[in-house]
Amino acid sequence: MPDMVTLPYSSPATPQQRQFNPYSENGGTILAISGADFSVIAGDTRQSEGYSIQTRYAPKVFRLTDNAVLAVNGFAADGNMFVKQVRQRLEWYRHAHAKDMPLRAIARLIQTMLYSRRFFPYYVYNILGGIEEDGSGAVYSFDPVGSYERESCRAAGAAQSLVQPFLDNQIYFKNQVPQPGHPHPQHLPLTTVIQLVIDSFTSATERHIEVGDGLEMFIVLAKGSPLYGLENIDGVQEMTVTNEGERIFVVRRNLKRD
Amino acid sequence: MDHFPTNWGRPRNDAFDAYGTYPIAQRPYNGPTTDAFSEGIQHTQQPIVTGTSVLAIKYKDGIMMSADNLASYGSLARFKDIQRLHPVGTNTVIGAEFTQQDGHSLGPSEIHEYLSHVMYSRRSKMNPLWNSLIVGGFKDGKRFLSYVDLLGTTYSASTLATGYGSYIAQPLLRKAVEGNEDVITEDEAVRILEQSMKVLFYRDARSLNKYQIAKITADGVSVSESRSADTHWSFAEGIRGYGAQTQ
Repeated sequence: MPDMVTLPYSSPATPQQRQFNPYSENGGTILAISGADFSVIAGDTRQSEGYSIQTRYAPKVFRLTDNAVLAVNGFAADGNMFVKQVRQRLEWYRHAHAKDMPLRAIARLIQTMLYSRRFFPYYVYNILGGIEEDGSGAVYSFDPVGSYERESCRAAGAAQSLVQPFLDNQIYFKNQVPQPGHPHPQHLPLTTVIQLVIDSFTSATERHIEVGDGLEMFIVLAKGSPLYGLENIDGVQEMTVTNEGERIFVVRRNLKRD
Repeated sequence: MDHFPTNWGRPRNDAFDAYGTYPIAQRPYNGPTTDAFSEGIQHTQQPIVTGTSVLAIKYKDGIMMSADNLASYGSLARFKDIQRLHPVGTNTVIGAEFTQQDGHSLGPSEIHEYLSHVMYSRRSKMNPLWNSLIVGGFKDGKRFLSYVDLLGTTYSASTLATGYGSYIAQPLLRKAVEGNEDVITEDEAVRILEQSMKVLFYRDARSLNKYQIAKITADGVSVSESRSADTHWSFAEGIRGYGAQTQ
């Protein structure tokens, strides 16, 4: 028995269970409604984890271009990183084509970006609102892996189950029978939509612990659209950057903080 | 297969080495040094030596932060002189300014942005840095206070707390600070943090009554010497189970 070499001892590795969970859920609710020539995208500003409020102001709704606003809900770290990447792709597009990406193209971009992470998804529900190239208000809603559709109203997040049925009733007139000779309107006026959004969030704040603190509401108006009394709303602030014609406004409201 | 003939050993000689034991020691080993699977299991450590809460508030002149000097080893109070407030560093960070050669300057918000990218990319590799970080800073007349943790989750507020502090101290801090950020003086800020550290010491079993307070203002960063809150435990005498009762 020559040559007995003592090997450094290493135990045969037994497969180990991973216990690190890379995801979390940060509460909050987002909502978007489109009209004939406008779009309203809103979200509350509370960020929470479990029963703890992390902060009372963490924006979930982001202006992308002058005709697109993205609301992001779910896991906040994924959401912020996702918005950052979408913005970078839009900037590259602007440098390449000397114009902002149209809304339906942004929607398709978001789909491919989400699906490219199909096997380690962004745990994020997206709602994209804005003005289409034909001048109509539009809302696109996404699931975390990129399935999407164009709708005229959508709620997502913690209080989705509270808000969506209310919108189905008030926007789509579900379970409402029209008076003879008074059919339901095709599109609602902006002032009505804004009131519905505010009511949705005050109600959700009452009944859901993860919703509250503040409401941030973006309003996108189509090219040549009148202000519809928007200028009279308290604390309205214009966010428009370019002179393309579409205009963006933001309205902030306090919600209950308990 | 070891390709170095000098490692093969000398030919055996039964005359003086009947069992072939002679040259075994001190030979360089050239075989594989790791198990083929060891790469796959190294990720995802869990914290062994841990620190507890860090607190931070905004006040009139800037940011004030506090953390105790304890690093625990499970329930053992293992290291009792650890500094966890760093003028830019790890674990808990005071983001101060530092200036680069070309005249650009990295402020606290850039440091926080960088840290959040590090933390998020490590969590995305399923190999997280098991920390909660608070970055406080003051630059261009603006206060900066922000948080990032092992998931890459970020947020900022006028009061921040990590660990047990987020349950015990955060309500006290919010009551004292929210809405008064521009009113609270340095002395009041110190008092608010001292009070919170005292409550934490009374209730958090992994805390230590020895802590530091740091302030970041227009004048720069200063981290205090370690100090302690004066606490009273005499009440415990009267409580069954704490004191020296016989029955």
